[in-house]
Amino acid sequence: MPIITYILPDSTERRLEVPTGQTVMEGSVRNNLPGIIAECGGGCSCATCHVYVDAAWAHAFVEANDDEAALVEFADGACAESRLACQLVVTEAADGARVTVANN
Amino acid sequence: MTDTTRGASTAERVIVVGAGHAGGTLAALLRQGGFGGLITVFGQEEHLPYHRPPLSKYFTDGQPVKWLRDPDFYAEQKISFLLGQKVVSLDRARKTVRTGLGDEHPYDHLVLATGATPRLLTLPGGDLNGVLTLRNLTDAQHLRSAITTDGALAIIGGGFVGLEVASAARNRGTEVIVLEREARILARVASEQLSTIMTSLHRDRGTQIRTNVQIAGLRGHNGSVVAVQLADGSEIACSSVLLGVGAIPRQELALEAGLLCDQGIIVDDAARTSDPAILAIGDVTRRPVPGTEGHRRLESIPSAVEQAQQAASTILGVPQVAPEVPWFWSDQFDLKLKIAGIVAPESQATLRGDPATGRFALFHHRDGVLSAVESSNSAAEFMAGRKYITHQTPIAPLRLADAATSLRDCVLV
Repeated sequence: MPIITYILPDSTERRLEVPTGQTVMEGSVRNNLPGIIAECGGGCSCATCHVYVDAAWAHAFVEANDDEAALVEFADGACAESRLACQLVVTEAADGARVTVANN
Repeated sequence: MTDTTRGASTAERVIVVGAGHAGGTLAALLRQGGFGGLITVFGQEEHLPYHRPPLSKYFTDGQPVKWLRDPDFYAEQKISFLLGQKVVSLDRARKTVRTGLGDEHPYDHLVLATGATPRLLTLPGGDLNGVLTLRNLTDAQHLRSAITTDGALAIIGGGFVGLEVASAARNRGTEVIVLEREARILARVASEQLSTIMTSLHRDRGTQIRTNVQIAGLRGHNGSVVAVQLADGSEIACSSVLLGVGAIPRQELALEAGLLCDQGIIVDDAARTSDPAILAIGDVTRRPVPGTEGHRRLESIPSAVEQAQQAASTILGVPQVAPEVPWFWSDQFDLKLKIAGIVAPESQATLRGDPATGRFALFHHRDGVLSAVESSNSAAEFMAGRKYITHQTPIAPLRLADAATSLRDCVLV
């Protein structure tokens, strides 16, 4: 099972096994990690699952669609690495990826 | 799961009454924040917490229930659920709650998250088969089985729930008639401009909308509804009726216990009621809203989650996070509506985008400062608008009106 490292708002790191097909958001919620709220449950509506994907791992996830790109563009602390975790579907290619949870 | 054990030595007890989005979120946030005491959540429904917004679509595509958390989550987090149990009274002096079974449960912190119940109309025929409301999973299942493509659905009340159901029913080809008492749909919850746009978008997709309508009653045949009778003597034939005329806060427990209530349990911006040991969150509350006077009922997921965070911070004794501009979303047809802020009195509206394309945003402003944004399929406009409302950023309305002008260039700083 792919392992994703979450860097939390207090700078601690948590390594989680996230089943393929699930999202980075689901992995966090399932393990009750702080920072990712996911109010809308993964509908790309609320932008409460803002994360930064390390540039080296950007390729491991499908590119953001227009909706996601528009939502993160004006999210607090947005930058080039910004993604919504509910849109980051985990595959074997994501094994070892590191994501930093934004301070929502 | 947690390393810290705050509360464990004294076995602090938190009781949450209500297993909806607010109650379920609070329980998780307490563990996330290191609370090591006992957490017990009472739910009147037989289900663990689930997402309610998808219920308005459930009956069309039959998608499975979307749980708030995986059912195994709660056991792992040592969160106890007592489902199918109604809490019938509080004893504030002894700090206990009593269930319908007569059991008493002591608490150190009590959180009321009892939600709201659909408003019913006391109409002749209101108890006929086929007269439905939509609030919970059971309602959604009834709605799903009641609606067939060969009978019309009459929706009484043109609010967000009614219009979401209308769009889902139209998507499967059901004839839909929305009957609204006011002069416009969404009268209570959206600007006049948005009402006008949504009226025409719904009509273009085949929804019939009638405003300024007085309902006289419902007519049945063999115990099932067959028509809505209007005050002018006319009838609208239908095979089911959805009542979408708002919801009433379920504040009885609080009221009987003498907590301050006024069409909702009155809370402050830390989710505290008039009793320091009792908090309240979610649709049952009337709460302060940044940038507005007094208290309001917000009835939205973002508000419920924000209040769950407030209650968790209060119980954990940690600082509160900054208050949020209120917002909510509504999915209708292919439109993703997102609305933030409260339209200020005497404000002007600036339209950006083209409603005919489904992609537009209405910015409500006064003296060059935004109070609200109502957007459809325009996530950037929504997020930028929400940010400008939060920071009271001076904006140039004429620039906002030009969709070719970047949102960043609409700011006067």
